[in-house]
Formats: sequence, C-alpha cells, structure tokens
Amino acid sequence: MAKANNRASEQTAIVEQGLTPALKEAAFAALVTFGLCIPIVAWGTRQDLNNRLILDQRWDAVAWAVLIVFVGRLLVSLNKQRRAAGGGPLVSMPNALLPAMAKLLPVLAPLAIGFLFVFPIVAIFGSGWQGSIKWIDNFGVQILIYVMLGWGLNIVVGLAGLLDLGYVAFYAVGAYSYALFATKVIPATYPALGVWAFWICLPIAGLLAAFWGVLLGFPVLRLRGDYLAIVTLAFGEIIRLVLINWVDFSGGYAGISTIPRPSFFGIPFNASDSGFAAVFGLEFSPLYRTIFLYYVILMLALLTAFVTIRLRRMPVGRAWEALREDEIACRSLGINTTSTKLTAFAIGAGFGGVAGAFFAARQGFISPESFTFMESAVVLAIVVLGGMGSLWGVAIAAVAMIGGPELMREMDLLKPIFGADFDPTKYRMLIFGLAMVVIMIWKPRGLISTREPTAFLKESKSVSGSLVKEGHG
Amino acid sequence: MSAMTEPAAAVATSPRQPLLSVRGVKAYYGNIIALKGVDVDVHPGEIVTLIGANGAGKSTLMMTVFGNPRAREGQVIYDGQDITRTETHLIARMGLAQSPEGRRIFPRMTVYENLQMGASVDNFAHFDQDLERICTIFPRLKERLQQRGGTLSGGEQQMLAIGRALMSRPQLLMLDEPSLGLAPLIVKMIFDTIRDLNKSEGLTVFLVEQNAFHALKLAHRGYVMVNGVITMSGSGKELLANPQVRAAYLEGGRH
Ligand SMILES: Nc1ncnc2c1ncn2[C@@H]1O[C@H](COP(=O)(O)OP(=O)(O)O)[C@@H](O)[C@H]1O
Ligand SMILES: [Mg+2]
Repeated sequence: MAKANNRASEQTAIVEQGLTPALKEAAFAALVTFGLCIPIVAWGTRQDLNNRLILDQRWDAVAWAVLIVFVGRLLVSLNKQRRAAGGGPLVSMPNALLPAMAKLLPVLAPLAIGFLFVFPIVAIFGSGWQGSIKWIDNFGVQILIYVMLGWGLNIVVGLAGLLDLGYVAFYAVGAYSYALFATKVIPATYPALGVWAFWICLPIAGLLAAFWGVLLGFPVLRLRGDYLAIVTLAFGEIIRLVLINWVDFSGGYAGISTIPRPSFFGIPFNASDSGFAAVFGLEFSPLYRTIFLYYVILMLALLTAFVTIRLRRMPVGRAWEALREDEIACRSLGINTTSTKLTAFAIGAGFGGVAGAFFAARQGFISPESFTFMESAVVLAIVVLGGMGSLWGVAIAAVAMIGGPELMREMDLLKPIFGADFDPTKYRMLIFGLAMVVIMIWKPRGLISTREPTAFLKESKSVSGSLVKEGHG
Repeated sequence: MSAMTEPAAAVATSPRQPLLSVRGVKAYYGNIIALKGVDVDVHPGEIVTLIGANGAGKSTLMMTVFGNPRAREGQVIYDGQDITRTETHLIARMGLAQSPEGRRIFPRMTVYENLQMGASVDNFAHFDQDLERICTIFPRLKERLQQRGGTLSGGEQQMLAIGRALMSRPQLLMLDEPSLGLAPLIVKMIFDTIRDLNKSEGLTVFLVEQNAFHALKLAHRGYVMVNGVITMSGSGKELLANPQVRAAYLEGGRH
C-alpha cells in the first residue's frame, strides 16, 4: 500500500495547475476519440429487404462519445490536480471503502458465505416459484462457475505467477471428459451406473484435466511471462481445433448433446415415479434441479477455495508464491522449481476440469463454441482485476464481471433512456473493456492487492524475549 | 603471485581436503566468456574472500558453483563430490547456501515466510530452533517477523538474506557483496556476525566483496579476480599489504 501511494504522489508531483491545462487535456482526448470514432462508429451498415448493404451515418453517436470522453477526461484531470496540490486527504469513496472492508472481512466472510447458502430461498421469496429459476441459474450458478474458474486459474497465475492464457483448454477437457464418459463409455460398459455418471466422472474429469495441465507444463517449464502466455494461448487453441476437427471423437462443431444431467445421489430429477419429486412427495418442478445444481457448484467452488487456503500454508503453496517473486532465489534455496510449476499447473487445471464437467452436466449440451479464447480472457481478467492471489478479490471481480452484464439485461429502467430495442448484451464487451480500464486506473494492482501472510506467529512458542539481549548490533 | 603461505587459523582437518574446490572452471553467457579458467579452494572452517572490480566475474563464479550458469569446462567439487552437473536445487540441499547478489529476498512475503523458505531444504525439521537462532543473531529481524520483506531497509534485507541462507544449516555459506549500499555501521555489524559464526560454529564462509579492506581484514585467505581470471591469492594480511592490491582496490583506487 505504501508503495502504491508513493508512486501516486510521484506521478502527480508534476501536474500543472489550473483549468486551462485540464481543458487542453480534455480537448486532446476528445480529438483522439473523434479520430478513432470516424472509422469505427460514424458509419453503420445494415441490409435492407433486398439484401443490399445500406450505409447509415451515425454522427449523433460520435458526438455522444466525444462528449463523454471530454467530460470524463476533464474530471479526471481536475481530480489529479487537486490531489497534486495536496488538497487534503481527499479519498474517493470506493478507495476508502476497500480498506474498511478488509478490516471487516472476518465479519463479512461468514455473512457472505451464509448469504450464498440461503440465496435460492431468497430468490424464491423474491420472485416466486417460476421467476426464481432465472435468478438461481443465470446469476447464482453462472457466477459461481466463473468464481470457481477464477479460483482455479488463481493458483496458476495469482499464486505461482505463471501467465496462462489457455485455461479454457482444461475447462474443455473436463467438459468433454464428462460428456464422453456419460454418453459413450458408461452406457457401453456399465449402463447401470448411468444415474451416478456425474458423480463418477467429476473426479475423473478433474484428474484428466490435471494430467493435461502437466502435459502443458512440461514444454513451458523454461518459459516465463510473454513467452509462456503465447504458448499457453496456442495450447488453448489447439485443444479447441482438435475438438472441432476430430469429428468421430468429439462430434466436431455439432458438439455432444443429451449429456446426462446430475442425479440427486442416484435419484434423477425427472417427472417419473422414481424421480426426485415423486420420491420426496413433492410436485414436479424443474426448480429442484436448478437449486441442486446451485448447491453443487457452490460446494465445488468452496472446495477450491478451501484447498487453495490449505495449500498456501503448506510448503508447496509457499513455494508457488516464492516462485512468483523470484525463481532464481527459489532454486538456490533448494526448491525444485520443476515440480513446483507442474503441481501449480496440475492443480489449477484440475479445478478447471471439474468446473468443465459441471458445466457440461448443467448445459446438457456442449460444443467447441463454448471454449473459445474469450473464455480464457474473461477468467484471466477476473483473476487480474481481483488482485492476483486474493480469493476475495477474485470472487468480487467474478460477481461484477459476470453478474453485471446479466443484471443490466434485467434492468427495465435503461429502456426509456436508450430506446425500447436497447439490448445491453450487445454492449457486453464494451462494458467489459470499460470496467477493466477503470479498475486498472483506480486500482492498478487489482481490487484486493494486499497479500495475506500465510503464517501467524504464536507469541509463546516462537522466540522468547530474553534472547534479544544476547544479539549484537 | 604470492603463494598461499599462512594456513588458515581455524582449519581443523588434518589432510587438507578442501570443502569446495573449483578447478579450471570456464563459464559463458551465450558466447561471451565470463570465467576463463578459475581455480579456487575453500577449506573447512575458513573465511575466504574474493575481491575484484565490477564485472570481473565474481558473482558469476558464485552462481557457477550453484550451476547457473553451468561450467562449460572444469570441475566444481564440493565435499568430495563432483557437482559440476548437479541441478541447482540439489546443490542447495548438500549444505551449500548463498545470499545472492542483490539479496533476492521475497518482497511480498513476510520475514517469517522468507525464513520458512530457507528451511524448506531439510523439510522444517529444526524450524523453531533455527528461527530462534536467527532471531538471536539478528535481533532486528525478530522485531519484524510479520513485516513484508520488501518494506525492510537495505541492511535488514541483507540480514534477512543471510538469515534465510542460515536456516538450511549450511556447512558453507556464500555471500555476494553483503556490504553493498549499506551504512558503515551496518557493514561492521554484518562482518562481525560473519566472524562470530565462523569462530563459534566453525561455519565456512566464501565472501565476494568489492569492499576489499573490510573483506581482507576479515578473511583468512583471499583471491583477486580480474576479467574472469584469478590474478593473486594469499592470506588476508598479505593481500592487504600487497602494493598492487592497495593501489587497485584500497587507496581510493577505482578499477
Ligand atoms: N546474465 C548475464 N548475461 C550476460 N552477461 C552477463 C550476465 N551476468 C553477468 N554478465 C557479464 O559477465 C561478466 C561478469 O559479471 P559478474 O559476475 O556479475 O561480475 P561481478 O560480480 O564481479 O561484478 C560481466 O562482463 C557481465 O557483463
Ligand atoms: Mg557481482
């Protein structure tokens, strides 16, 4: 924290004062925006009824963009000047909020986890029996999948410091292992195990993904930073291309459908007499499955967090973090960096694989389109924005990045402003990018950038005070 | 070239088999040669210093002993075993520890965690005991166990680097310019600590220094390196008295 503050004051020390320089800066930014908008925004194309391409002029949109950038830049410049002038401890609200939150964490943590456990009930009370499916599935399950992916990738990127742009490959390996086992292998060998398919395949998917994590790990052992990023990115693409082109194995573009859904420990969620509703004397509703899926992914995500917390306190976890800080120092302290990296890749990939298996079971259908580079980028963005290593940061970032756009879709109040046919999902990437730029300016090291120590001293045990006198210096 | 005359004071073993023996080592960075055939011996219980100007290859020699960069020719023998081709992390488990150039502590980890990293070699078998020992040697670290390494002062970081190396209970401690950028008082304290460790525990020390005066006063024997070659060697006293050494490294001579 102290370092960040120093740096901020160094930056602002040379800020010119006054309205004119601020206006100049704003005008320049507006000009750049205008220039950028001419090729990108100013013209729109559409097809008319005769399939002819029509060119629309959209100068109003350009004007809005330029205006927004002008005002935004002006405010930023003025704020910078005020800080440079030492205008008192002017801390913007969210900046003050985070340290306060960090202090409250011991209280907030159980509250947040408690809320996650009652969330389906809250949703049912809030929006009724039917309406709650949307909330539990689109928000709860969706966000939790990304929380789990974020926490899994956090082991590789956040803790071990190995920049992995191909994480989606392991997600795909997990999803396809479940899909193939459940639709092909189990029916062909022990069809009786069908209802248990999900529970049997979950660990298999994790192990297979971990295995692929090690396979990726070996060739990249000597790479770091950008080079590692490029190779992992290629790895993600290779897996996707293989899935597309090896049609006999994976179904190609068509993907795999009718993937068995998870059972309630052997009792399927269907309307039959042996189904979940009938067994428990309830009226059939698809909601039960959704709620069940919610709790499954919640437990899987919490398992990921639990394992991460435990590992961080063990030698291997500490070695990951030391590796992130200084690989050469690690080696000269007797750390086997090869096995340290491979375990990070394997465990991170394993969690990605488990999440993938869950994804396949929840969707019932998978195809290579679900495993594009975009997914890797989103998960990596979640880890980076969250603060590289902080479980809370990653979770908050996942809620904001995945829940935010979903929430915007639900907000009717935006319609009158932007017109009835306004569809916020079209602007998803724009909002995504904007959020990243804002967070990187406001908190360049992620939402929660302070690292939690893994070891706490037990006063009595460690060092007795009398020893101090014997020292010299 | 003055011969090695005065035997080291603390040497106990009768057949003078060196603990560390560097024989004709050549090391390269790519195609650029950094060590052009270096011979250095360190006997058990000795403090041996290696002095030389910036870029002479002192750090390279220390790192070559640890296998990074690897010696392309010659041999590194530690405790009777050839470690020329041994992996770095395995060398570190044989009783060699180093405080590298630039200290290389883990800045985001606490002092306590840094010391834990030092103890991973022997699987934390003596962790509590060794932690107490380090805190006795460096009381300033004791007060800062929960502080992040990166927020320590330069002197404290150097103490941490040495402490971290000592956590593995080494036979041979290699230090690369521990005095760099430190106030004279701290330098004295650190050199005193090295002397005490050598006297009381018989710890063997290999000390790379540019601060030739202090290093030669402390060491039993010394080597002078110029451009990847050892040009002189002898007891600390001899080298201190040597006119060439005085001219080049002591009397304000900048090389
Ligand atoms: N990583 C490296 N890559 C290439 N050349 C290096 C590297 N490290 C050191 N050198 C070169 O090797 C020579 C010896 O360097 P070094 O061992 O650091 O000297 P000293 O520690 O005596 O100051 C210098 O010429 C230096 O430029
Ligand atoms: Mg050096």
